[in-house]
Amino acid sequence: MPTPRILMCPPDYFGIEYEINPWMNVAVDADHALANSQWRGLHDLLVDSGATIELMAPVKGLPDLVFTANAGLIYQDRVLLSRFHHTQRQGETPHDRAWFEAAGFEVVDDPQVSAGAFEGAGDALFCGDTLLAGYRQRSDALFHQAIGALLGVRVLPVELVDARYYHLDTCFCPLAPDEAVWFPAAFDRYGQEAIAAAVPKLISVERGEAQRFACNAVVVGRRVVTNTGCPKLHAELARRGYEPHETPLDEFVKAGGSAKCLTLRLDGEEAAGWRAPPSAAP
Amino acid sequence: MATPHAIEEVELRGHIIDSLLLPKVLDAITAGGAAFTIKQVAIGNGRHDPSYALLEVTAPTQAVLDAVLAQVSDHGAVPTSAADCTLVAVDMDGVFPEGFYSSTNQKTELRLGGKWLPVADQEMDCGVVVDPDTNAARCVPMADVRVGQQVVVGHAGVRVFPLERIDAGHAFAFMNSPVSTEKPKRVVVQQVARELFSNRNGTGKSLLVGGPAIVHTGSGPLVSELIRRGYLDKLFAGNALATHDIEQSFFGTSLGVHLSDAHLAEAGHEHHLRAINRVRRAGSIRAAVESGLIKSGIMHDCVKHNVQFLLAGSIRDDGPLPDVVTDALEAQAQMRAAVRDVTFCLMVATTLHSVAVGNLLPAWVKVVCVDINPSTVIKLSDRGSFQTVGLVTDVEPFFRSLLAELDALEKDA
Repeated sequence: MPTPRILMCPPDYFGIEYEINPWMNVAVDADHALANSQWRGLHDLLVDSGATIELMAPVKGLPDLVFTANAGLIYQDRVLLSRFHHTQRQGETPHDRAWFEAAGFEVVDDPQVSAGAFEGAGDALFCGDTLLAGYRQRSDALFHQAIGALLGVRVLPVELVDARYYHLDTCFCPLAPDEAVWFPAAFDRYGQEAIAAAVPKLISVERGEAQRFACNAVVVGRRVVTNTGCPKLHAELARRGYEPHETPLDEFVKAGGSAKCLTLRLDGEEAAGWRAPPSAAP
Repeated sequence: MATPHAIEEVELRGHIIDSLLLPKVLDAITAGGAAFTIKQVAIGNGRHDPSYALLEVTAPTQAVLDAVLAQVSDHGAVPTSAADCTLVAVDMDGVFPEGFYSSTNQKTELRLGGKWLPVADQEMDCGVVVDPDTNAARCVPMADVRVGQQVVVGHAGVRVFPLERIDAGHAFAFMNSPVSTEKPKRVVVQQVARELFSNRNGTGKSLLVGGPAIVHTGSGPLVSELIRRGYLDKLFAGNALATHDIEQSFFGTSLGVHLSDAHLAEAGHEHHLRAINRVRRAGSIRAAVESGLIKSGIMHDCVKHNVQFLLAGSIRDDGPLPDVVTDALEAQAQMRAAVRDVTFCLMVATTLHSVAVGNLLPAWVKVVCVDINPSTVIKLSDRGSFQTVGLVTDVEPFFRSLLAELDALEKDA
């Protein structure tokens, strides 16, 4: 088993500087010292879980660069670069691109694909050989169609109907190729049916824990890391043979993010069917 | 459902079945107060193959249509007209690129560089070739396409302007009636007469597509009269009509039957071969007419009155006559060229020729099909030549009535 590689960005410039989702309130700023401490807590927990953390340099004026899950979608040694929906985040793209290129990834950003917005692993997650792709809040269904053509994979666009769950990774978390955690109410009826048909084993979280970002979990092997306050999910995970861990991330919840948002798995999620040893070491 | 006033085509692609996007889009159309027709569905063969659906969305008003289109576009269903068309180069003579746009006979436009351009030479079942230097677009049949030509692929950036359909219900009801009244037939005959009269006196061209039954039924002299009076500009037929017409001129028979008294002639079955043989010896129909060998009949009068005729061959032809074009693609090409200026087409007593010509004509050419067999008319309508007006009647009474109506028009003029 190759060492899990995760991209993170220190929260030196993290803050609530704009409101682009219902969680954000510029009147309730993040506690800078506490945010740093919480980020360090997650970082150390992942290192203890056996992961290697690679760092992206923070950039002043880009408070959400810390959410590396949104930088792009990793597929083998390629990365499909995000096209952010909001102008406030579009400045992140050149830094994301530079990092990926320096790390040896082939950056896919086909100018022929003119259709719409796409927010990386925030809205596109492999479960088995299927890519589930959230749309309508931040990413466009048309771009998801293009992903299928660009990468040659099966893509199931699923509509996100609740603005509080504006990225797929806030309400859906693949654990293994045939298993995922989800919050069904974040999807419409069609999306619920499509996901239930595509993923054999589903763990539903209740509303209270969804609001604690239970679905925004980092999976390393059998270890599942979430924000605090998700005891029911943790109990169910343990029953199914997973090893749940928690670490407080409330400062990042203020920005609408949590454990998974703060990470980008570089060598493929545990659940990704395409996952294989990297074809080129960085 | 009110008659739709607004219409748009949208396409949806990807894993639209597994993700339930297709049913979601269809439900959204219905919930928005519009209606849909699924014009095309191509379902991917394997788990990783995307699917494709082409939908026609109709709504009572443009505002309703716009609201529905905005809704479904969020789910990835995009109007085909919103983008430029896609061009792909031909990589093999006589072969279109995969997924080529297959043309209809309706007026068509392409979007190129954000502008809508007309398509010329409108014809069904062709591809659309675009000249990149001039941006001129035209329909080109499969056999004629050449390496390097740019062909439209898919439906994006293509729009079609359907003609308002003739009230086919009435025509079909009439044809299906076990008892035909005289009045509807006369109305159609009068319409035909007016078209022929108008074209003779104007710039329009009239084409007759005729079958050999014209001669068998004794209508040859009636068609000859139409030709002599200037009502026909072009004739499309096969070996058979010309052969039986010339046989009648030589022997007074058609397929060996005397047309004057319907008696079988001695050795009459040989007459059509002998007629063909004489014309072959003369070299052509025109030569036989000019030498005085052929003295009467439809073909004689075509030559004498400059009616362009095109005889297309078939496998079962005897002879054939030297003028018959035996290469099917060459015949097709000549027909295509000949129909360019045709504005009215009269199809009489031939199924295969009628369908073939119907396929070549753009939708705005008026077509009247006369046949004792209603399935000929039905074939033309089903095939897409729905501009056809049908008349289920025997040939000889039709032509006799037509000449009478023309007499009346000439008298009134």
